Amino acid sequence: MKPILEVKSIHKRFPGVHALKGVSMEFYPGEVHAIVGENGAGKSTLMKIIAGVYQPDEGEIIYEGRVVRWNHPSEAINAGIVTVFQELSVMDNLSVAENIFMGDEEKRGIFIDYKKMYREAEKFMKEEFGIEIDPEEKLGKYSIAIQQMVEIARAVYKKAKVLILDEPTSSLTQKETEKLFEVVKSLKEKGVAIIFISHRLEEIFEICDKVSVLRDGEYIGTDSIENLTKEKIVEMMVGRKLEKFYIKEAHEPGEVVLEVKNLSGEGFENVSFSLRRGEILGFAGLVGAGRTELMETIFGFRPKRGGEIYIEGKRVEINHPLDAIEQGIGLVPEDRKKLGLILIMSIMHNVSLPSLDRIKKGPFISFKREKELANWAIKTFDIRPAYPDRKVLYLSGGNQQKVVLAKWLALKPKVLILDEPTRGIDVGAKAEIYRIMSQLAKEGVGVIMISSELPEVLQMSDRIAVMSFGKLAGIIDAKEASQEKVMKLAAGLE
Amino acid sequence: MVELWKKLFKAREAGIFLILIAIVVFLGVTTREFLTVENIFTVILNVSFIAIMSFGMTMVIITSGIDLSVGSILGAASVVMGLLMDEKGLSPFLSVVIGLAVGVGFGLANGLLITKARLAPFISTLGMLSVGRGLAYVMSGGWPISPFPESFTVHGQGMVGPVPVPVIYMAVIGVIAHIFLKYTVTGRRIYAIGGNMEASKLVGIKTDRILILVYTINGFLAAFAGFLLTAWLGVAQPNAGQGYELDVIAATVIGGTSLSGGEGTILGAFLGAVIMGVLRNGMILLGVSSFWQQVVIGIVIIIAIAIDQIRRAKER
Repeated sequence: MKPILEVKSIHKRFPGVHALKGVSMEFYPGEVHAIVGENGAGKSTLMKIIAGVYQPDEGEIIYEGRVVRWNHPSEAINAGIVTVFQELSVMDNLSVAENIFMGDEEKRGIFIDYKKMYREAEKFMKEEFGIEIDPEEKLGKYSIAIQQMVEIARAVYKKAKVLILDEPTSSLTQKETEKLFEVVKSLKEKGVAIIFISHRLEEIFEICDKVSVLRDGEYIGTDSIENLTKEKIVEMMVGRKLEKFYIKEAHEPGEVVLEVKNLSGEGFENVSFSLRRGEILGFAGLVGAGRTELMETIFGFRPKRGGEIYIEGKRVEINHPLDAIEQGIGLVPEDRKKLGLILIMSIMHNVSLPSLDRIKKGPFISFKREKELANWAIKTFDIRPAYPDRKVLYLSGGNQQKVVLAKWLALKPKVLILDEPTRGIDVGAKAEIYRIMSQLAKEGVGVIMISSELPEVLQMSDRIAVMSFGKLAGIIDAKEASQEKVMKLAAGLE
Repeated sequence: MVELWKKLFKAREAGIFLILIAIVVFLGVTTREFLTVENIFTVILNVSFIAIMSFGMTMVIITSGIDLSVGSILGAASVVMGLLMDEKGLSPFLSVVIGLAVGVGFGLANGLLITKARLAPFISTLGMLSVGRGLAYVMSGGWPISPFPESFTVHGQGMVGPVPVPVIYMAVIGVIAHIFLKYTVTGRRIYAIGGNMEASKLVGIKTDRILILVYTINGFLAAFAGFLLTAWLGVAQPNAGQGYELDVIAATVIGGTSLSGGEGTILGAFLGAVIMGVLRNGMILLGVSSFWQQVVIGIVIIIAIAIDQIRRAKER
């Protein structure tokens, strides 16, 4: 079989960065081809070159047997190469049908034939995707998963021959992911070549036929999935042997540091649990089960409706994050960019922000102590690049997450709540964050970790609390837990 | 030494400072009157009122807010001071204190409306623009109020050597505002709020409190500009400061404060105000008609905002 798309010795340079150093790959129809690599390895740049967003400095793209040069993304799209980016590019103020047919609207004269368009859209979504959807409703009313389906539907409708999926599952629930994979499989059967980018290795083994690895802009290799193991892929990605991915040291937890009794709030009801010093308590559950809402309520970011919170046996009133911070609680939120960081501020200013009251002299910030704090953070957490004045906007996801961790750990919290701490960050940084968590537990901090990645929860936690539809479905000991057991609780089956 | 120059050149204010220098050189060459000590101080005196207000506005815009009511607050405070002195026979000192308190009141009201009633800053201060101006007319009956004792007018008309007194006030307020924003915990929190309100809350910043403080400072500074302007003119007019809000916002934005919040400096606002003043003064000296002056000022504002947008787009 001949490849439908081929890239040959592609080079791309940006000021100060040689982003792609002679990358060659082949993509075949009816194949799901994963491209993996740490952040900054060049995956996105390569995808953007294939999609016509960038032009290569050297090398060529061969599409359907001809050398092509895209001057604009629309040329690639018209030729049949469609990308579904990590950040959705749907118009959420337009209707479902308008989104699917964007640019190819059914027309009657100069007017759009809405009736026909709505009919077509409904039929199309049902037949191709098995989704019942109101084509007249604004797309913004639907979940991210549905919006993503509509975006893929647009690609399918345009008769895409190559479909690039860039981190498609990062905001999907387990169920939605399964749905997406069904769609991917049916596209594969139709002979579409699918390029799949994901940080979740489990998924790659579930859906992909082939894996190519990039590291620091260099092409490392391609192999079919049968010949690979998770460890092998990670090894290729990081370029060294990773002894242990999940780092967890066994030790005895201490006395109870946080206790929550019958807590209720928006999105959850009547939740009680306790957390010991030095313990890692995992919170599993489906997206929307109320885990984030519960933690944000404990932290005073959302109002509570009822219930009590105890710190070291003493009842505390928490009405604002400041109260929580004064009680020794820290929260690393799920959405780093929206809630975790002030992107236009520097590493130093982000790290010092919760500590300002501790490093001041009268009303003034002690710039000397602030600088010391920043240097401590950069050194302890190996934040790169190691410039305190660099805006966090320019850091990779993993390094941004380290900044968030640093700013809370500077306060020496008794309880640290981590909400999806490894979402969207690369394998190397993930291992680093596991190491930090383990270290914290060893030092006696009570750690709560919300995670939707079951392997992570199972490996890192001492106990696992499972939430289901706003209720705490149960707390199980990690030694007795299995993926199946957790999923059953999460789905409300047990 | 080279490092210092590099650092200076990299500063946000460097760009507008160079533009200012260019305009000054141009006017120095083309007119004989521009580069005289007297004219320079006239220009700075003329901009001192706008500059003082732009210091407050800078803080407001850093929080990604806006305050349209500053011109009206200036007018209302001015009328209150005038009435207390002329009709109630209060001492100038007490009149000024009460007038400034009026400004604080307006600012506080803005802050409360924005934080507690959750109104958009644009809306609540637009309302306050009308309320303040209306009250100024109601209180004065529409008439100008004068005369004032010399112990009052000296704050506007007095000179220390070649330097007009309002310029000294402006310099002192500017330095305090600069230190406040750059070196204090509260100042840092103002930037944080503008950079990301929700993330700021999550690190324990009482965002409502900071916002109320910022709008209150802004109201106070508007009233203070009203005090100096009234003292300078020797008359309190209900229409004083009408339209100033636009000049103040323009000066702030020309000075590099981003309307999307999180960035901006007092020095920039000062330079922005001076650029506007120099342009006005220069055009008068060059004999440009006042109608064309408005066109030019408008274009400068648009260019300043466009430059800011391009700079931000490059950052992404």
